[in-house]
Amino acid sequence: MMDGTAPMDWRAEGKRLGIPAPIAMLAELTHRCPLSCPYCSNPMELAQRSRELETENWVRVFQEAAELGVLQLHLSGGEPASRRDLEDLVVAARKAGLYTNLITSGIGLTERRLAALDEAGLDHVQLSLQGTDAGMADRVGGYKGGFKRKMQVAEWIGKIGFPLTLNAVVHRQNLHQLPDAIDMALEMGARRIEVAIVQFHGWAMVNRDALMPTKEQAEEASRVVAEARERLKGRLVLDYVPADYHSDYPKRCMGGWGTTGLNVAPDGEVLPCHAAQTIQSLSFDNVRDKGLAEIWYRGAAFNAYRGFDWMQEPCKSCPRKAHDFGGCRCQAMALAGDPAATDPVCVKSPLHADLQARAQQFSHAPDAELTYRGQPGK
Amino acid sequence: MSQVAPEAIPVIPRGVRLHRDEVREQWVLLAPERAVALDQVGYAILSEIDGTRSFGAITEGLAEAYAAPLEQIVADAGEFLRGLMDRRILEEA
Repeated sequence: MMDGTAPMDWRAEGKRLGIPAPIAMLAELTHRCPLSCPYCSNPMELAQRSRELETENWVRVFQEAAELGVLQLHLSGGEPASRRDLEDLVVAARKAGLYTNLITSGIGLTERRLAALDEAGLDHVQLSLQGTDAGMADRVGGYKGGFKRKMQVAEWIGKIGFPLTLNAVVHRQNLHQLPDAIDMALEMGARRIEVAIVQFHGWAMVNRDALMPTKEQAEEASRVVAEARERLKGRLVLDYVPADYHSDYPKRCMGGWGTTGLNVAPDGEVLPCHAAQTIQSLSFDNVRDKGLAEIWYRGAAFNAYRGFDWMQEPCKSCPRKAHDFGGCRCQAMALAGDPAATDPVCVKSPLHADLQARAQQFSHAPDAELTYRGQPGK
Repeated sequence: MSQVAPEAIPVIPRGVRLHRDEVREQWVLLAPERAVALDQVGYAILSEIDGTRSFGAITEGLAEAYAAPLEQIVADAGEFLRGLMDRRILEEA
């Protein structure tokens, strides 16, 4: 733009390329977190505090996101409340016109901070749940007293009147608590509960023996969710991420690579999904160097698995390819050693039978010690 | 038969709002974890909701404004609003 040419019309460029604008952005404000859940979705290599984007970088990114077409902003981490500028970031996001969702464990939020977030215009809170009692929750989260604190925060959230979604992450060790978690969501006055069976990437992969649900548990979870959906229609919405190792078809990951959403890591790297850094052949752009629209439409990582040209058989000729895009690229990398392979969860993958057998094996492993995620450096 | 009673008062709850999506040139209803794209009819119905008017009054107003059969408006609007209520995006006062 320094040479006097007109600024790029990215909307027209997107239309020309046939690439839709993203709807949602996950802003991982920090990898710092008081909890250390053994299935944390942050990468194994956590971004150091000193490399985190400054407030003004985020403010610019939020403006660029809104201009690009993002409607929903998820403020996440790590624990986003670990950022002292969280309230200012919410103000900036609302000013940009974004719908603001805070994804939190509750730890680090006080009644006063919640009031400030209310004042700032925060739209919605998603509160994570590690277990339905202190024994389970504090052990899984690796933080003593966390459950009690969370219950206090839930009460404050209710008092202010923030719309609430409870996010229950479930696995072999706590799946029996699922009916209690649903009751808990009702008691808290939550409008929604997300029941997510742990997906095995990064830290969760390290803990696969300890966390993999049995096939029977996975089926029971599906039954519990289906029954509750029917019974609680109009009172509580249930979103459900099933155990995909026990499934026959892969999930439509991220709604399709580079079609719906993007993630910005604490250090400003822009990722097509939170686990994308596990695909080492990809290189990622950074918001410190480039505008978000240029990264979305032109970035190599986003274009790597858009459309169908990258596919191999059996995906290439599969009638389901436009439905699930061959499943999760990171899972293909982790399990097949090739990010362009069919997700081994798929019944059509040559690795499917082996994966199901291994899932069975992992789920019957003796309860191994949990390996907790670490903390980022300074 | 409508799925919403004529005397019911629909309310857009906290955390849900109408938003003009300038990039896609359409109206959307923003809600927790959801963005519902609205067609002209959907937008017309939702923009009539003010937390005091009943479903009956809203649909009568729309039938008049669009010179459309009331019965049809009541059926379509009822189905649309009930769907939003089932998903906790809309409430009744």
